[in-house]
Amino acid sequence: MLMNVKNFFKPVLPAVVMLLLLPASRLQAQTDEDAIMMPKNNLCLGGMYSYNSWKNYWEGTFKRNNQNIGTVSTQMFSLMGTYGISSKLNVIVGAPYVSTHASAGTLHGMHGVQDLSLWVKWLAVEQNIGSGTLSLYAVGGGSLPLTNYIADFLPLSIGLHSRTLSGRIIADYQTGNFFATASGTYTLRDNIKIDRTSYYTTSEHLTNEVEMPDMGALNFRAGYRGERGVAEVVYSRMYTLGGFDIRKNDMPFPSNKMNASMLGVHFKYNFKAVNGLSLIGGGDYTLTGRNVGQATAFDGGVFYILDFSHKAKKAKKTSKQEGKK
Amino acid sequence: MRNKIFFSSLLVTLIACNKSVSDRTSDLPALNPASLDLNAGSWKPVLIPRPDTFAVAAPAATSSPAYQADLFEIKAYQKSLSGGDMDKIKYWSAGGVLRWNEIMRSLVAKYNLPPYQNADGTYPAPNSANPFAYPLFPFSNPPYAGRAYAYVSAAQYDALVACWYFKKLYNRSAPYVVDSSVKALVPRTALPSYPSEAAVLAGVTAEMMKLLFPDEIASIQQKLQEHELSAIQSGSATRAEITAGEALGRQVAILFTARGRADNAGKAIGTPTDWAGFVTQTQAAGQTPWFSLDAPKRPPMLPLFGKVKAFLFDSATAVSLRPGPPPLTGSDQMKAETIEAHNFITNASREHLRVVQFWADGVGTYTPGGHWDAIAAEDFVKKNFSEVRWARNMALLNMAIMDAGIVCWDTKYHYFNPRPTQLDPAIKTLTGIPNFPAYISGHSTFSGAAATVLGHIVPERAGAYTAMAQEASNSRMWGGIHYRTDCAVGLTVGQSIGNYAIQRATKDGAE
Repeated sequence: MLMNVKNFFKPVLPAVVMLLLLPASRLQAQTDEDAIMMPKNNLCLGGMYSYNSWKNYWEGTFKRNNQNIGTVSTQMFSLMGTYGISSKLNVIVGAPYVSTHASAGTLHGMHGVQDLSLWVKWLAVEQNIGSGTLSLYAVGGGSLPLTNYIADFLPLSIGLHSRTLSGRIIADYQTGNFFATASGTYTLRDNIKIDRTSYYTTSEHLTNEVEMPDMGALNFRAGYRGERGVAEVVYSRMYTLGGFDIRKNDMPFPSNKMNASMLGVHFKYNFKAVNGLSLIGGGDYTLTGRNVGQATAFDGGVFYILDFSHKAKKAKKTSKQEGKK
Repeated sequence: MRNKIFFSSLLVTLIACNKSVSDRTSDLPALNPASLDLNAGSWKPVLIPRPDTFAVAAPAATSSPAYQADLFEIKAYQKSLSGGDMDKIKYWSAGGVLRWNEIMRSLVAKYNLPPYQNADGTYPAPNSANPFAYPLFPFSNPPYAGRAYAYVSAAQYDALVACWYFKKLYNRSAPYVVDSSVKALVPRTALPSYPSEAAVLAGVTAEMMKLLFPDEIASIQQKLQEHELSAIQSGSATRAEITAGEALGRQVAILFTARGRADNAGKAIGTPTDWAGFVTQTQAAGQTPWFSLDAPKRPPMLPLFGKVKAFLFDSATAVSLRPGPPPLTGSDQMKAETIEAHNFITNASREHLRVVQFWADGVGTYTPGGHWDAIAAEDFVKKNFSEVRWARNMALLNMAIMDAGIVCWDTKYHYFNPRPTQLDPAIKTLTGIPNFPAYISGHSTFSGAAATVLGHIVPERAGAYTAMAQEASNSRMWGGIHYRTDCAVGLTVGQSIGNYAIQRATKDGAE
């Protein structure tokens, strides 16, 4: 049973965003990946800020630091919205502005608007089992670069500039105020074009087109979910299904094999005084990785729910009357 | 519901699309030369004294059992060619000089990695006597790569001049001409087939690798066998023509590897005393000396490469090509140019970023020399040059690129001028800062030389090459790693080096 759905809304972060960068942190973990739905004709709007940084990274499987970049940090400002087409079908949209910085060395940071992401989330099954409720969700989504930013300037690129499509299955079980959620995601990634006319992976390629391997992800979360908010522990893994390792002392490349596992804690607080207003926050730490930075990430955001279910009916009537005139 | 349909159809579209990426030269047609250049045996070689310095014995008569056995071998292969065999025939038929140049470029990219530091912050250096130990030998940075391209191209050219000499001398027709039951799986040609130009190219290149990329001898041997086998299977050469060709190619290469071992490149890395000497010498002149912006600080890249023996001119001329000094490090002009560099990296346009990336040719790439080879190769394909003319043109281009590297490096270490970021650490660059002094820009010198030679070889593209060289030069300024003066002077110096190659071109008998 999804109790008091409104209060449990959590924001979306574009799913691909954090996978793209050398930092392995992955802040998506929000609405497109949790077991919460918006009611019909409710629109949730929000803004979010996140910061992640890493000093150590994995060059293939070799963990090292690099005095020529020092600590690489990424800031992200995201706007997002979720709309309940029905209580069983939600649409989630988001887009971030990303800015990168290296604390040492001479490389210039990059900044710009990154990718638009869109998810459609469908509550397919909801059934009481034992003392709790089991829910199954099917989620489909994709992302599209909004600007012509540079992908081939890792680790300081703001993204990988690949168009993606994802499919995800989520299973959730809640009993009382305790819940556990598991999900699996497959992401198709389209080839990208870079500004160079050739590049080396494990062999030389005489083209500006780069084949981007697909990705898989697993996400497990569990904790408290109640009237006033959520507190959860999140463990996630991402896998690049193909790709190649950064060679010793080489630069990273968009089609590297970027894998990571992360552990995080996320919170959400619903204000009592202002119905529909909530704050969220959390942190994630990269446990293991390959061709990614060992990022520590923090995020925080504010969200507000607008209920159009009443207004919408009124508007409908008005337009009908106008039509008669 | 509508959304679901939208997404499932999108998914289907994406799954259906073919992700595999192919190289732009993977599907080239077979080379069908506009001219056979039958007199190329009289063209002026680079290093071999005469085209017949290395004797090639007369071929066995076509009626001999040995020749007939060779024909049987071809026919036996042709009865059961696999798809893989056909692919290799097609690949090599686009041109041996082209394919070996592409292989060279891939090796340069593979080995173009600066060594990782030791625990104490010093750096290990690649060692040609122990090439398989980390760091692998060589570190094919731009000057090393320029020299490698030049040696391979010049050796290929000399070997093909000798090859053409003997082709004309013995005038042996191709197997598919001698025996009509041998199929021609490549365009038929009246070019005599003894010795095989494919095997000459394979042999000369494989032998050069012992000097230039010793870790790759085995992989190159595989390519050699593939190239030679495809010539046999295509019906264009017999086993004996291959054997004679490979032997000739290897003999010519040995002359070039001997030159390479004595051309001072082996000493170009210098010693700590040399490195310190640049600093004191620059300070003595009242100037701010360059220092490495790598962390930990890395010894300068091949500081004595300026003393390498050039192909197009003698060492006195090389020194005479060194330009006058850059603006004094304390001068108003230097300040203004530093401010200009800072302006370029502040809010760079996407177009500037594109140009900076396009010409970056940094770590893990085939370097500016390889970039110009790629530009040349694309145009040469359209010109339908014979193999020997391909080799001659690539040799002219790459000798100019190597010699541009020599003069450029001599200049860099003569003046030991700091990078913009050294004078103003606020200059964060849009591409990596190379680990050597600023004046004069390597990209500009390489590009000025390459564009000048190419403009002579393909005159209708001269304007385009000049524009490309200018863009390559600008890219270094826009990326914040060079001053305007470095780029402008580098282009001019490059152009005068290119003119030496043109002087050679007008007198080598090929025009």
